[in-house]
Amino acid sequence: MGRYVLRRLLQLVPVFIGTTFLIYWLVWSLPGDPFAGKCGDRPCPDAYIAVMRERFHLDEPLVVQYGRYLWNLLQGDFGETFRGLEVGELISNAYPNTIRLAVVALLIEAVIGLAAGVLTGLRGRGFLDNLTLVSTLFLISLPVFVTGFALQIFFGFELGWIKTTVAKSPAPWEQLIAPGFVLGSLSMAYVTRLTRTSIAENKHADFVRTAVAKGLPQRRVVGVHLLRNSAIPVVTFLGTDLGALMGGAIVTEGIFDIKGIGNLVFDGIIGKDGLIVTGVVTLLVLVYLLSNLLVDLLYAVLDPRIRYD
Amino acid sequence: MSTVDETGAGPIPSAPLLEVDDLFVEFHTRDGVARVLNGVSYRVAAGETLAVLGESGSGKSVTAQTVMGILDTPPGVITGGAVRFHGEDLLTAPDRRRRAVRGSGIAMIFQDALSALNPVFTVGFQIEEQLRVRRGMSRKDARKRAVELLELVKIPNARGRVRQYPHEFSGGMRQRAMIAMSLALDPELLIADEPTTALDVTVQAQIMDLLKEIQVERHMGLILITHDLGVVAEVADRIAVMYAGRIVEQADARSVYRRPGHPYTAALLDSLPRLDQKGTELNTIKGLPPSLLRIPDGCPFHPRCARAQDVCRTEVPPQHRPEPGRLSACHFAEELIADA
Repeated sequence: MGRYVLRRLLQLVPVFIGTTFLIYWLVWSLPGDPFAGKCGDRPCPDAYIAVMRERFHLDEPLVVQYGRYLWNLLQGDFGETFRGLEVGELISNAYPNTIRLAVVALLIEAVIGLAAGVLTGLRGRGFLDNLTLVSTLFLISLPVFVTGFALQIFFGFELGWIKTTVAKSPAPWEQLIAPGFVLGSLSMAYVTRLTRTSIAENKHADFVRTAVAKGLPQRRVVGVHLLRNSAIPVVTFLGTDLGALMGGAIVTEGIFDIKGIGNLVFDGIIGKDGLIVTGVVTLLVLVYLLSNLLVDLLYAVLDPRIRYD
Repeated sequence: MSTVDETGAGPIPSAPLLEVDDLFVEFHTRDGVARVLNGVSYRVAAGETLAVLGESGSGKSVTAQTVMGILDTPPGVITGGAVRFHGEDLLTAPDRRRRAVRGSGIAMIFQDALSALNPVFTVGFQIEEQLRVRRGMSRKDARKRAVELLELVKIPNARGRVRQYPHEFSGGMRQRAMIAMSLALDPELLIADEPTTALDVTVQAQIMDLLKEIQVERHMGLILITHDLGVVAEVADRIAVMYAGRIVEQADARSVYRRPGHPYTAALLDSLPRLDQKGTELNTIKGLPPSLLRIPDGCPFHPRCARAQDVCRTEVPPQHRPEPGRLSACHFAEELIADA
């Protein structure tokens, strides 16, 4: 196990370098001048532009720039924006909000998705099953920004049950429930279907029959023997989804004006502030890679038949 | 049908532990109604071994599942009959009562121990959970008892094995662990559903010896479901032969082997490979067992029976006693026995 983890961590190095270079290259090859429109109504003076280009090493070859960026990054320095703000500080202010949002989304999709999946998986065909299938299909086919705006308009403006924008930082948990639902809705539908299939498949497994034959109460047969086996694919899905949720938060954060990294990266793109974009996306890549590793390790814990040595 | 005189076959050492009485089960499938059990009756006494013989689909496992209360319903529907344990009908008993009987009254072991054991829990956990949930034992006591049980079924290094998962056991060891698990609550009756089918021949013999030994030691009733005539000869006191959801013959093991009282039993015995037949072709029973969706009129075996007469095609042969201690469902049972 230890050797496996070490090998996986070493594999992260080339993946990390590859992805960050790709991001860096893509961001800096976006068309447009980063200093256009930065000086009010007039174009920026040439002297100012020269100083800025000098300061941010924009005239050096891209590979050299990237090397310098990576070197600084390894020392924990994300660089600074054209306005002179520390990117690292911007991220550390925004990231907690995104983590909160992702956690709320994950909780919602896990609790509702698992409950609906177990219920329909156990009951089999019927009204509840059809209702779940149709509603999950509905959620899957709706883009997040439609769900987001619909919820915001209906529950926020019409009924006044939720705050339409969060804006505060750190974001209060209770205000994140509706955005969390929007962010998690797609995965919630997947979790429901995954759980339902898994339960329905294992329901007739031999080991479940054995558990009944042992005279165990129904509660225990379902809660321990059936659920434990059926949860394996679901838990691994939830694990990988945590990384995906943070990346997907950009739209949700935009709709509800949550000051998270989605918002930050959006501002970065608009302002052609490459270092913000690179910093945030690099961080997301890292989180995604680590959460994937964690899921793989979790898999071995959940299913003892899997061994990594 | 339930009086001793009519269904009692062979000498019964003591009052019956289990009495299956005129059991009917149907499976409602997309293609129609399959009549899986059509009036199955047998009884087992404490300390007795009943072997239930038959081809796949003859209903031997379904009978056992109905007794155990683990029949999948749907598609299964119990349409008639009774399963009496110590005289109490389990089919009409409340769920609580049925659950109490499972494991401690009647326990069961299955053909494929790998799929019958839960892959994500240790063998120890799966033995201990019964002791903890049903007997209220502490974790420590349950672990101690689990080790004892594994030692009882002759698993070497039981103390270490108790922490391992089913996939870390070999096939034979897994079946031993399954037996240990079934004995945890000291059942009075053990149903073994083809316990050796998935194992290789030498291991088969070891498992059968173990089962026999435990049965004698504990004076347990044992229902051995199998299609292996070789296994049956050594351990069974009585044999019930099933065909198309009916018991076609029931008698003590020696009489069945010496003078079969039903053409199906005779054909089964005839298809056993024998040493003196070396070089000649093996005898087989021609044709296939009938589809349970369309069981033939009359005797269900008549399309494959060499002795079939007109009466066999029209009249279902009643189960009767051609001689003391034997039941047969053949119109010509008396002649068969006399011929042998």
